[in-house]
Amino acid sequence: MKSARIQYHGDTLAVAVNDDGHPLLADGTILDPEQVTWLPPATGTMFALGLNYADHAAELSFKAAPKEPLVFVKAANAYTGHNGRSWRPDNVEYMHYECELVAVIGKTARNVPRADALDFVAGYTLCNDYAIRDYLENYYRPNLRVKNRDSTTPVGPWIVDRDDVPDPNDLRLRTYINGELRQEGTTADMIFDVAFLIEYLSGFMTLSPGDMIATGTPKGMADVQPGDVVDVEIEGIGRLRNHMVSESDFFRNTEE
Amino acid sequence: MRHAKVEYQGRVRTVTIGPDDLPISDDGAVLDVTALRWLPASGGTLFGVALNYRSLLEARLPEFHQPPYQKPPEKPVLFIKTPNTRNAHQGTVARPQGERLQPGPALGVVIGRRASRISEQDALDYVRGYTVVNEFSLPEDSYYRPAIKAKCRDGFCALGPWWVDRDDIANPHDLTLTLTVNGVEKQRGSTADLIRPIPRLIAELSEFMTLNEGDVLITGTPPGRVDVSEGDQVDTTIESIGTLRNLIVTDHGGEAKQ
Repeated sequence: MKSARIQYHGDTLAVAVNDDGHPLLADGTILDPEQVTWLPPATGTMFALGLNYADHAAELSFKAAPKEPLVFVKAANAYTGHNGRSWRPDNVEYMHYECELVAVIGKTARNVPRADALDFVAGYTLCNDYAIRDYLENYYRPNLRVKNRDSTTPVGPWIVDRDDVPDPNDLRLRTYINGELRQEGTTADMIFDVAFLIEYLSGFMTLSPGDMIATGTPKGMADVQPGDVVDVEIEGIGRLRNHMVSESDFFRNTEE
Repeated sequence: MRHAKVEYQGRVRTVTIGPDDLPISDDGAVLDVTALRWLPASGGTLFGVALNYRSLLEARLPEFHQPPYQKPPEKPVLFIKTPNTRNAHQGTVARPQGERLQPGPALGVVIGRRASRISEQDALDYVRGYTVVNEFSLPEDSYYRPAIKAKCRDGFCALGPWWVDRDDIANPHDLTLTLTVNGVEKQRGSTADLIRPIPRLIAELSEFMTLNEGDVLITGTPPGRVDVSEGDQVDTTIESIGTLRNLIVTDHGGEAKQ
């Protein structure tokens, strides 16, 4: 089963999604996926992992993989849904995508041992954890200016039920810019997997339903530019599309 | 005017605070303070600003010219206090076993309406009011990596007891903050020492993040954080705003919740 949040005829709806990726209304009506506004499927806190793939850590010139997870936090202002727009600030040198598997928490979790951890997962979605290299300062790195920007973390399109993803540690990840494959990896290369991360985080704080854990990205970064269509895809989960626009276009169109 | 959120007779209410600090409901009734529970003064996203007191930053400058920092921060050093950290006046805070727990007195700025790309000149138009924040943390030896293990524990951000309307505070940049532990003053500062005053913070944050109604900017803690332990009563006072009280308790490791 897949579930999503959409806007349709002005209403915000929680809907099921069929195997063809079409949202279903409660009365069974099948909607055209291009005729709805896809919202982020969850809106809780996102705990995002830095350097969670050994090959990506090496790409960023880190000598050794981290011994403890590097976790940063996003709030709801950062999220946008499938087919949404993200913006590249004017005058930056390098902005890159990051295709990531996201586990969505299904029930309150505190002090959960690794063996039970996946019981607390409602399902999986994916995100594109864009980053702007120009804005990396060495304080709380990666800082909010890099990672909590408005509408710069696409999430979705939907959540796939946990039980429909038998092995979250063996999924192919791919990123395409304008249809061209630019990044490819597998969740098998994660350093800290979902079960470990739930044990780790819930060991010092309470996780709540709707919270998300974004598990990091493999190597293969590339710059994105306004006009680019950026798709992140995870086998068995979905393909999440994002439209890059310039800073001036983004804010021109959101003026009230 | 002062306003608060409380739970009284099983209902969440927004009340005003009258003379003698007593909460008054919509119909003019004075509520029995012994029978109510204070709630966090705001429910939005909690944005923290680190290193925003000049004397604190200056004390660490030599270190910030060394690796891994290389140079002092250029932009506000920001963090998020996650929703599980929200706590209230008279709320308990558990000291994690084997860790040092430190209160962080701070002026909280409550956002009144959606703010995106706001100039410094207009910034205060978007402020609803001010509240007292105690931003609890484990000691921060380093500012290099996100500090969620130090800052995002359950109950680590108390806000309250109430918020004061913006226009009732003539100058939010000249307020004394004090922290007392069991009645003894341990820490003192003034918002006159802020590196980035409130309008500048709103301008710099709203440049890339929309601030929404109910969000709170935690404007920073002055230098001199102290350790507290089980049984301590910790009071955070900001001149003209109020006193926020919290009690430190033993951490039982948190219940495994299903």
